[in-house]
Amino acid sequence: MRYIRPLSIEDAVGQLAGSAGPAAILAGGSDLLVRMKGGFVEPELIIDIKGITGLSEIRATADGFSIGAAVPCAVLGENAALKKAWPGVVEAAKLIGSKQVQGRCTIVGNLCNASPAADSVPALVAAGARAVVVGPSGKRTIAVETVPTAPGRTSLAKGEIIEAILLGSQAPRSADAYLRFIPRTEMDIAVVSAGVNLTLDEAGVVTAARVAIGAAAPTVLLVEEAAEALIGRKLDEAALERLAKICSGACRPIDDKRGTIEFRRKVAGVLARRAAQTAYARAGGK
Amino acid sequence: MAGVAVSTTINGDAVEYLCQPDEPLLDVLRDRLGLTGAKEGCGTGDCGACSIILDDRLVCSCLVLGAEAEGRRIETVEGMAHGDRLHPLQQKFLEHAALQCGICTPGFLIAAKDLLAKNPDPTEEEIRFGLAGNLCRCTGYDKIVRAVQDAAIVMKGA
Repeated sequence: MRYIRPLSIEDAVGQLAGSAGPAAILAGGSDLLVRMKGGFVEPELIIDIKGITGLSEIRATADGFSIGAAVPCAVLGENAALKKAWPGVVEAAKLIGSKQVQGRCTIVGNLCNASPAADSVPALVAAGARAVVVGPSGKRTIAVETVPTAPGRTSLAKGEIIEAILLGSQAPRSADAYLRFIPRTEMDIAVVSAGVNLTLDEAGVVTAARVAIGAAAPTVLLVEEAAEALIGRKLDEAALERLAKICSGACRPIDDKRGTIEFRRKVAGVLARRAAQTAYARAGGK
Repeated sequence: MAGVAVSTTINGDAVEYLCQPDEPLLDVLRDRLGLTGAKEGCGTGDCGACSIILDDRLVCSCLVLGAEAEGRRIETVEGMAHGDRLHPLQQKFLEHAALQCGICTPGFLIAAKDLLAKNPDPTEEEIRFGLAGNLCRCTGYDKIVRAVQDAAIVMKGA
C-alpha cells in the first residue's frame, strides 16, 4: 500500500487513472478509514486530496458557490453566506456524525460513498447542485443526482475525481430545507429523509420547486411529480396533502431493523410536507 | 510496505516518526510515541475516546492516518496540564467526580477544551450537543456536564 498527497488535481487524476490495483481518494476519511478497518476495502493506493490548492475552500463564484471536495462539513456551518443562501444544504451537512466527524467529513465524500441514506445528498439534489468531475479526458459538470447509481456505486469512470460541488445563488424569495427521521435525537443514520427547495412569487405562490427523498430507494429520488404538485399554488392543505401522497408513492424502500416499508413510505410524505413548510416560511411565504 | 516519514507538531513540540501508510494516527500516538492518553474505544469514529485537536479541529484520531499529520498541529490530553498544575477542566472533572473507569475521560477533556475555546460560555444544551460525540458508559453524563460548566466559569475568570 502507498499513501500519496498530490499537489494538483491533474497529478491526482493521473495517479488514480494509472493505478494498477484498487485506489481510494482520501478527503475526510470518515467512511474510507472505517471501511479499511473493517476489511471491506483494501486499497493499494491512497490519494489524499487535501494538499491540492483550492480543494479545501468554499469560493463565491459569479453565480453562487463552489465547495471544494476537501472542505469539512463543519466549515459549511461556519460560512455565513452559504448558510444564508442554502440553509437546507447546510443543515443536512451538519447532521452528519458527531463534532469529531464534522471536522473531517465532506459532502463530496458523502455523495461518492453512495449510501442511500446520505444526509447531504437529498438536500443537494433539491438545491439543484452540480458536481465538477475531473478525469483523464478533462472536466465535466454533472447534476448531483446522476452521481450515485446504486448503494456504494457511482457513475464516475476510472480516474475521475469530483473536485467541487456547485450551488447557484438563490433566486429572490427562495429557500431550501432538509429533514430526516432518526429514532434518536442525533448522531444516527436517516431512516427516511426529505429535501425541498422552493421559489415563490410576490403573492406567495410557488413558481419553482424541487423535492428529493432519501433512504427510501437504492439512490436518492428526485420526485418531479411532487414538485409539480406545488408549482402554481400557495402551500395550502390540499397542495401539502398531494405532495405527501406523491412522495409516499414514489418510495421504493426496504424493510430493515431501522424501519419497515410501510413506515418509510408514510414518513417520507410527512417529512416532505414539513420540509416544504419550512422552506416556504424561509422563503417569506405566509 | 514502505514507511512514511512524518514531521509534525504535538503539544507544541516538533516530532518526527515513521509510520505505515494505512496506520491510524491513534496507533502512532499510542504505540510509536507513547502518548497513551487517547484511547481506542471503537476504532470507527463512534465513541470519541481517541479525540484530539488537529489544526484547531476536534477529530477522532482513529479516523486520521498517521501520514496525514505531516506539517500539522496536534493537541492531545497530555498537553493540557502544565507540570503539576492541572488544566481547569481536569481539576473540575476530579472535583465533580466526572469519571469512573476513566477510559472516555481524555476524549471528554479534549472535546470540552475545544468546545470552551470556541464557545467560552456555553448553555447546558450546547455542552450536551458539543459532547455528543463522546460516549461514557459510567457516569450518565450529568457530572461531566456540571464539571464543564464549572470549568467554564473558572476559565472566564482567569
